Amino acid sequence: MTSLTTTAAGRDARGRGAHPPRPRGVGRSLVRSLPLVPAIILLAVFLLGPVISSFYGSFTDSSLTGSAAKGASFVGFGNYLELFADKDFPKSVLLTLVFLFASAIVGQNVLGLGLALLMKSGNRVVGAIVGTLVVTAWVLPEIVAAFAAYAFFNATGTLNTLLAVVGLDGPNWLYRLPMIAVILANIWRGTAFSMLVYSAAIDDVPDDVRESAEIDGAGGAKRLVYITIPMIRRSISTNLMLTTLQTLSVFTLIFVLTGGGPGTDSSTLPILAYQEAFKFSRLGFGTAIATIMLVVGALFSIVYIRALKPEVD
Amino acid sequence: MGLTSPSGRSLRAVSNSVLLVIAACFALPILWLLVASLDTSATLSLKLPESLSLKNFAEVMTPELAFVPLGNSLMLAGGCAIITVVVAVLAAYPLSRYRMRVNKPFLYGILFGTCLPITAMMVPVYSLFVSLNLIDSLGGTILFLAATSLPMAIWMMKNFMDSVPISLEEAAWMDGASMLTTLSRVVVPLMRPGIAVVFIFVFIGAWGNFFVPFVLLLSPDKQPAAVSIFAFFGQHGTVAYGRLAAFSLVYSVPVLALYVFVSRVLGGGSALAGAVKG
Repeated sequence: MTSLTTTAAGRDARGRGAHPPRPRGVGRSLVRSLPLVPAIILLAVFLLGPVISSFYGSFTDSSLTGSAAKGASFVGFGNYLELFADKDFPKSVLLTLVFLFASAIVGQNVLGLGLALLMKSGNRVVGAIVGTLVVTAWVLPEIVAAFAAYAFFNATGTLNTLLAVVGLDGPNWLYRLPMIAVILANIWRGTAFSMLVYSAAIDDVPDDVRESAEIDGAGGAKRLVYITIPMIRRSISTNLMLTTLQTLSVFTLIFVLTGGGPGTDSSTLPILAYQEAFKFSRLGFGTAIATIMLVVGALFSIVYIRALKPEVD
Repeated sequence: MGLTSPSGRSLRAVSNSVLLVIAACFALPILWLLVASLDTSATLSLKLPESLSLKNFAEVMTPELAFVPLGNSLMLAGGCAIITVVVAVLAAYPLSRYRMRVNKPFLYGILFGTCLPITAMMVPVYSLFVSLNLIDSLGGTILFLAATSLPMAIWMMKNFMDSVPISLEEAAWMDGASMLTTLSRVVVPLMRPGIAVVFIFVFIGAWGNFFVPFVLLLSPDKQPAAVSIFAFFGQHGTVAYGRLAAFSLVYSVPVLALYVFVSRVLGGGSALAGAVKG
């Protein structure tokens, strides 16, 4: 977040004083934009390329094996029609929405904000311990975090051992309640981001505002609702957007925990796209899912970019 | 804060207890990794090991299991970070120093790129790599990883460069130094900490990436540790939890160390907040 807010100072540095050496004439801006060329090539080939081929591929019947692997033919909206007729796709959209809402919008944001507030009112050492643990879960490589969560939620894992200690017979989380398990695992994995963003935002709330509210007799809950939350609302909206986008592309965690199963009971869209394309060799089908996700991601990005517009101009 | 008042003190006590409960929840899965790696008869549950030993570590530290995959991880993450940093520094310079017509659309494009759900793209990326004949190529995978980390890297690099005062460059321009000379002799040395932050965050991201090499690299001798751990889990996962945990730790230590370095020494922890998962 810090990186996104330092622009204002930099803009001043650039506007004043002498200018870099100027090659005269028409070629000037061409020469000046030359250092952009490597970046443009890389981005065009490896990011724009797949996006375009995704849109195109979703209208063909290409597959990895068989006759369609050689020359794919144009099938129009065939993949999309098939997609919406397939019972797995609407189910997967619903699961993705549940996953986004429960783990990102509610879980990570509320817990992240709660942690940031508690760390401010709690003991410094306790706060540092919690902060370190939460951040560790986030910095760990995703495959390692996924194994740790797998061991925790497994039928013979830590969670059920603990439940047995208090006399409860825990279910086989990964089979009986796969969505609960992946949602909790994603909250565990991703809350650090929201916590860091909200901690930084709360630190920016001026002390005198809070103190004068306190003198006026506003209690903790009132200060939170009327002072803190309104003052960090920009951070809240940015963070909601970013955590939603990040959670939309969670793959490894679910892939390791449940593999999308049992059946397709925890197949969010990235998992479904992977399975359709690579397990069932329906590349066009998988590409259509990928395209839909790209469009959803793009819509979110546009909202996000509009929020950050002042930083670019 | 008014911590001397009774309500302040009880608020603090409640905060501390809630924090400790949350800390315990977050610690349990990580604690399992640590304990299981030292327990030769580890199960999936956290339990007191009968005896502590480093046997699990000794068993996974073989060329085939650990060194080749870790070497591949180093090549992927290092190559990706070097390419990303060089390309991002070059791109950030004109964006930071000149007012050009391409700046605005380029920066919007970059911002848009930081939001692309990369996992959503892996199916079309696979098709693209098949048609470019780059499947199972380390170089191709490195370039793709670099392209995915470029948007955030350019954005961060431009912000770091904006905070380098322009007055020193003016002297160099007076002496007739070219753009590249000014960049490499004046600007880059002044923004070393910023470059280090970007390098480390790109490195951490590429080192931990599982899905991209999992889809794009096929031969086991090219796969990085993330993918080989997953294969190990599939083959021996049901028996060798201790070794799995030990290998996971060996593989995690470099990024944990780099994160501590970047947040404590370079003070870039909050810059990473906008970056690692972006």
